[in-house]
Amino acid sequence: MAPLSYSDLRQRTRERDRSLRNKVTTLEDAVRLVQNGDHLAVGGCTASRTPFALIWALVRAQKQDLTVSRSITSTEGDIFYASGLSRHIITSWFSQGIVWGVSKVMRAYTESKRARFEEWSHMAMGLRYRAGAMGVPFMPMRSMLGSDVLGRVSGDTGPADAAFAAAKTMECPFTGETLLLVPALNPDVAIIHVQRCDAYGNAQLDGLTFMDIDIAMAANRVILTTERVVSNEQIRRHPDQTKIGFFTVDAVVEVPFGCAPHECYGLYEPFYSHMDLYAQMTARDPEAGAAAYLERFYHEPKDWADYLSRIGMAELLDAQRRGSGIYDD
Amino acid sequence: MTTERARAGHALAPVPCYTGSELLAVMSARLLKDGQTVFAGVGIPLLAAILAQKTHAPGLTILFEGGVIGPFVEAGKLPPSTNEQRCTRRANMLVSITEVLLMLQRGYVDVGFMGGAQIDRFGNLNSSFIGDPADPKIRLPGTGGGNDIASLADMIVAMKHEKRRFVEKVDFITSPGFLDGSKTRAERGLPAGGMFRVVTDLGILGFDPDSRAMTVVALHPGVSAAAIQANTGFELPVPADVPTTEVPTPQELAILRELDPAQLYTA
Repeated sequence: MAPLSYSDLRQRTRERDRSLRNKVTTLEDAVRLVQNGDHLAVGGCTASRTPFALIWALVRAQKQDLTVSRSITSTEGDIFYASGLSRHIITSWFSQGIVWGVSKVMRAYTESKRARFEEWSHMAMGLRYRAGAMGVPFMPMRSMLGSDVLGRVSGDTGPADAAFAAAKTMECPFTGETLLLVPALNPDVAIIHVQRCDAYGNAQLDGLTFMDIDIAMAANRVILTTERVVSNEQIRRHPDQTKIGFFTVDAVVEVPFGCAPHECYGLYEPFYSHMDLYAQMTARDPEAGAAAYLERFYHEPKDWADYLSRIGMAELLDAQRRGSGIYDD
Repeated sequence: MTTERARAGHALAPVPCYTGSELLAVMSARLLKDGQTVFAGVGIPLLAAILAQKTHAPGLTILFEGGVIGPFVEAGKLPPSTNEQRCTRRANMLVSITEVLLMLQRGYVDVGFMGGAQIDRFGNLNSSFIGDPADPKIRLPGTGGGNDIASLADMIVAMKHEKRRFVEKVDFITSPGFLDGSKTRAERGLPAGGMFRVVTDLGILGFDPDSRAMTVVALHPGVSAAAIQANTGFELPVPADVPTTEVPTPQELAILRELDPAQLYTA
């Protein structure tokens, strides 16, 4: 994952079809934009707005060797490791969630060195995507300095965890202060789930945006999944709410409950009982548990609706009841 | 255990019963000042920050790393993480994760507030690896916003006081304290922030202004200097005139129990 040169980055952008055209497609077609070995950036954070339907389709399409980056990683990271989609995740935090304790699946793969969890600070992840979005090779920042988090990704202490993307310190040419420079991330593909977008990919995000706007701008290809495809007229009524522009987007897939079992702001909260089930299934024998989970919820379902029905109607209604109440008194 | 301790210190006063986690939350809340801006994680830090707002610090502003400024947390609906929609209901402002962390870097945050798996003499925190990082016994979840917050704000750390957690040297510095002590933090490029207090179920700890080594600031009722040293993996000086903290009041405990009726974080 060597950093792209600026001219290569511009060239890739120039070669893309950035016209205002209908990009609505299926999950199965959308995952063709992801090649084995790509750097895939995943939108959302922890158990929020995770583009799970697209991850589900990537697993079913048996993609492999992806380098995955995300702000904070929850159960989708386990799925990446256990399915073989990725053995290298770049993130700042990786576990199912505080209430479930440390992820047994993450532990099983990383402690046996079959997978890498490359740890950066949260702000470093944000500024690496922002540098990518800005078309500059790095951003300066003031944390990570002095810590072993920096030592590991710069190769200064312990095993280097980032072959190409080492962080470096510099003396500021203006003030003489020590600053940390973190290298840009320009993902090959970004996958982002949104509440609504039009057929061209003008996406409106409600609530927490996490790092998604920078991720969309930094990436060389963007796949949006959306709860609803709406008309361009509806988008134009509230252009201030459009956070991701159509010109960055390559495919749009309408997937209701596309973050299940994670949450989608304003629509549904995490499917907590299902998250408990996942934790139970992976508690004793993480690998066998994850394999059984993948079989039952990823490989056997005939389509996304079948996946949702296996999670269960009661779960779905409960998550929706909790999630849709956010604006209610 | 805590109840027994409270009894020993206040044999004649009415005796409130409380858990170790409730003690941590109350003692942490009392360290927060009105008008401060506080970066809080879920669990004890968030409970403490809300308790401070409801008692002596109504003008305290809470920030979540998910990008929430001024959250309004409803009793009985504590968020399970700082990145979920439950954190946002009736908040003052929502921004991206990168923006909220840049506000921290810009200097808008007074206090950071978190826990950790291990802490050492100089307040360095580990939440990444137990054992040799090259061949770890346990791979922990990692920093999240911890490294950024500890790098850029004054820190209050709340954690259980156990010998295996209070170690001579942490296995991995995830979030910087005073690094190797003295002025090493500034020398490595961290001119602001640093450890302010460590609140445990045995006492309140601070840091020597010169050596930056951990010292005891106060002991909770019924805790002796020998007891706190016995639970610490490095030499922990206790001043001869060390004060004793006031036990949690019924009002403080009532507020905590209303916020977390199922005792998800205070059991």
